Amino acid sequence: MVEEKEKKNGGRWVGASLPRKEEDRLLRGRGKFADDIKLREMTYLRFVRSSYAHARIISVDTSAAEALPGVVCTITGKEIAAQTHPFIEIAPDHIQKVRDYPMAVEKVRYQGEPVAAVVAESASLADDAAELVQVEYEPLEPAINAEEALLDKSILHEEAGTNRVWSGTWEFGDVEKAFRDAAYVVTIDHMHFHRFSSTPLENNVVIGQWEPKEDRIHYWCNNSFPSFAIQFLAAHLAVHFDRIRVQTADIGGSFGIKITSYPQMSVCALASKKAGGRPVKWVETRSEHMVSSAHGNERTFRDTRVALDKNGVITAIASRHIDDCGAYPRYEPLGCVIYSQVFCGTYRFKNARIEFTQTVTNKCPVGPNRGYSRMQHLWFLERVVDICAYEIGIPADEMRLRNYIRPEEFPYTTPNGCVYDSGNYPKMLEVAKKLIGWDDWKKKQAEARQQGRWIGIGIGTTLDSGTNNFGQSQIINPYAPFSGNSQGANCKLDVYGEVVVAVGSCPQGQGHETVSAQVVADVLNISPDLITVRTGFDTERNVHTGFSGTYASQFAVSGLSAVHGAAQKLKAEMKRLAAFVLQTTQDDLEFGVGEQGPEIKARSTGKSINYWSLANIVNVNSAVLSEELQDVTLNCRYIWRAPFKVPDREKKYGNLTLTYSSQLHIAVVEVDRDTFIPRILDYVAVDDCGVAINPAIVEGQVYGATAHGIGAALMETCAYDAVGNMLTSTFSDYTPITAMNIPKIKYGYISTPSPHTYSGAKGMGEGGAAPIHTISAALQDALFAEGVFINDSFNNGDSIFRSLQQREGGQLSNLVRMEKR
Amino acid sequence: MHETSVPETAAVENIAVTIRVNGKLYARQVEPRLLLVEFLRETCDLTGTHVGCDTTYCGACTVLMNGQAIKSCTMFAVQADGAEITTVEGLEKDGKLDPIQKAFGDSYGLQCGYCTPGLMLSTHQLLAHNPEPSEKEIRKAIAGNTCRCTGYMNIFKAIQLAGQNMKGI
Repeated sequence: MVEEKEKKNGGRWVGASLPRKEEDRLLRGRGKFADDIKLREMTYLRFVRSSYAHARIISVDTSAAEALPGVVCTITGKEIAAQTHPFIEIAPDHIQKVRDYPMAVEKVRYQGEPVAAVVAESASLADDAAELVQVEYEPLEPAINAEEALLDKSILHEEAGTNRVWSGTWEFGDVEKAFRDAAYVVTIDHMHFHRFSSTPLENNVVIGQWEPKEDRIHYWCNNSFPSFAIQFLAAHLAVHFDRIRVQTADIGGSFGIKITSYPQMSVCALASKKAGGRPVKWVETRSEHMVSSAHGNERTFRDTRVALDKNGVITAIASRHIDDCGAYPRYEPLGCVIYSQVFCGTYRFKNARIEFTQTVTNKCPVGPNRGYSRMQHLWFLERVVDICAYEIGIPADEMRLRNYIRPEEFPYTTPNGCVYDSGNYPKMLEVAKKLIGWDDWKKKQAEARQQGRWIGIGIGTTLDSGTNNFGQSQIINPYAPFSGNSQGANCKLDVYGEVVVAVGSCPQGQGHETVSAQVVADVLNISPDLITVRTGFDTERNVHTGFSGTYASQFAVSGLSAVHGAAQKLKAEMKRLAAFVLQTTQDDLEFGVGEQGPEIKARSTGKSINYWSLANIVNVNSAVLSEELQDVTLNCRYIWRAPFKVPDREKKYGNLTLTYSSQLHIAVVEVDRDTFIPRILDYVAVDDCGVAINPAIVEGQVYGATAHGIGAALMETCAYDAVGNMLTSTFSDYTPITAMNIPKIKYGYISTPSPHTYSGAKGMGEGGAAPIHTISAALQDALFAEGVFINDSFNNGDSIFRSLQQREGGQLSNLVRMEKR
Repeated sequence: MHETSVPETAAVENIAVTIRVNGKLYARQVEPRLLLVEFLRETCDLTGTHVGCDTTYCGACTVLMNGQAIKSCTMFAVQADGAEITTVEGLEKDGKLDPIQKAFGDSYGLQCGYCTPGLMLSTHQLLAHNPEPSEKEIRKAIAGNTCRCTGYMNIFKAIQLAGQNMKGI
């Protein structure tokens, strides 16, 4: 039970740290995750996967597997290609020729790519049978490094003729003039943002059932963006959109990684059809997840030039960015434009030229991992700011204050036309400095340096842009049929007067049931306990739009705006009905809770009608309704649409995101002089997501995003060898951050309400991968005196040791150059 | 070139096991290779115990075996023959959450909830021996339980609160 005293902000539930409605079932072990579902006649699918990164398939022999008792059927890439269309490609031109199927057909293009699948009566029989499938390969030259891949010596998709997926230039202001007028020009030859994955603890799971005679497909799965998956599947399987039913329930984390499970969804459906319509269940193993689910985008930054004035204010940046999307573009090349949501980061520079190129490589395809495409760019900008600060000799905090967008400049229009809704970066810096004890640490650092210790203090400032304008896809491909953003919700009084809310999201721990109830409770002036919220996607619940799912830091904006809209619609109907029943005007009505539960009361007469009676009239006693009230259903569907326009495709100009949460982190890091292992001594995370709907949930999201970032900065990397063997294919190799490695995170927040949303909330949750930038900055501070530039986002004892060795060998001398005019 | 050789697939006889889970006796014939976690999830239909990594890293499959926290993905069902197992479903008493469950809820110690059953059982083992653990002791006790959502901060709080709750009983 939630208590009235929890109400905040003048008696509102929004803003209160209420306990989560989701908790009870999860704590009792009664959550419903996809792998918990068992269906009659269910069969189990196991993939046979490529051991090569790049090879021609000579033959696939499934006969021994098929002969094993208990095997229902097998299915190969060739069979799939014969009965489906390749998946849609978002990129234009030559990439439209790429033939992407859910299993390899002629060639394998990454280690772990599915080549065949077996379906058996039990999971262990499927395992046995998969080992009996014989595949003969002719190895081909792999293209592992992105820049080498762009040389096209070995082409992954011959039909496209090149490995280059997409390229484009963003240019704003007068870059050449800024360089001519600069007091300093800093050049950074090479920087690299590594591949990692937020690796949700629950792997991908798909149960697919395709009744051959019905031409309908039913999925139970944990895909986190079903509307997107269905659009891809419908075209690929030639099944109408409405005949693909997707249901999700509790999801054990996604962080964007589970957006791209639609290829496996395809295979399960096709296998089910072949198995006569029996349900086919695929439960991914962790190793399968590591080698073939999705990784975050890897990016290389070349030939970066930065112009600064005499005060260290950046006036222009020019750079070439090379993004590595792995073997198939799939969700890409959206990352090639999504980075530009945060084109100038938190900084004021107006002149910039970014030449962006994306390539395929013989590695696992990428997916929109937490902080998707913006974190790479924000890391790049933070490295630029720091390296310039050291080169010129300006303290890192002062450098940022000179370059930040100022609080009075919001809403701020960026060089590429994005509108930053609100923010106060200097204030965040002040709060963070106070929390970490900046001056104390500076003193301790100076003392430690005297003793020869390597201690660094680093700042990372980032943005979490939420609620995408999908029109940005048209900057990639003018024919892309996407723009704007929307979300659906339904709010009703059920037959017996229960308030039931349904949303088209599929949360993975973000507390959508709780925050939706808080919003509706304020509209109806009742307790959130009295509201039932149904989350989890279900096509047949009919509350989804083409953008429904849970991704991209937007639920507080798109989801709750839809919930709010539906609740308002319901309230308006309830008012009309109550005014009729109570023989009064709508202005006379008061919403609240009486002796008989939630009710509406006429102030003038004191008479009231409870929800049960209202619902009764509409649903089972409708003969008493007047003519004017025939349209009242008390079952209100509302679609919220974001106020976007299609951006200017040629100029790459326009607003790409509705809200901009911001993060400012400070880390104190020591590098051990003997082992070179970096260790965090102190850590602060300050967040601003405007009005927090449930501050405790927000705080939890900040901790979680911070842990992901710290893990990525110091422990987690998807490593490949030179021929494309993945070296981190288990958790023991990948080492997700544990309770032993996480530092104590000191949390702070400020609130600059968004003028772009009804509630002042800004979408949050991804957190801009702030720790990666912050830890790089701290390491830079620790090692600058040693002549080391931190130019990789992943740093561990080994890589730091190598950097120091290279520096001693004189190999780093050309990495960064500064020219003073 | 061929990449796999044909494995031996000679039929192996099932083995009888008797395992008491949350007080209820399960006598079953199982394949020798059946993992304890599969026994719990598939044979007993107790799906609160989860699988996250298959390699003993993440601890989503943690249960108590004769009072000791073990990872049920790294143990065969036949190894648990005759044992008493407690899973997350066995924590509540008469429908009421136990102090650990309550503390995890009150402290926002979970988000997606996938790792939570394993974490609560590791907590159970810790608090049974040490009702007032320091943060350092907590970190060590749950080093084998990976959580990808919470960043662990609220889990530390939850475990401390659970210790306090248990003392109050």
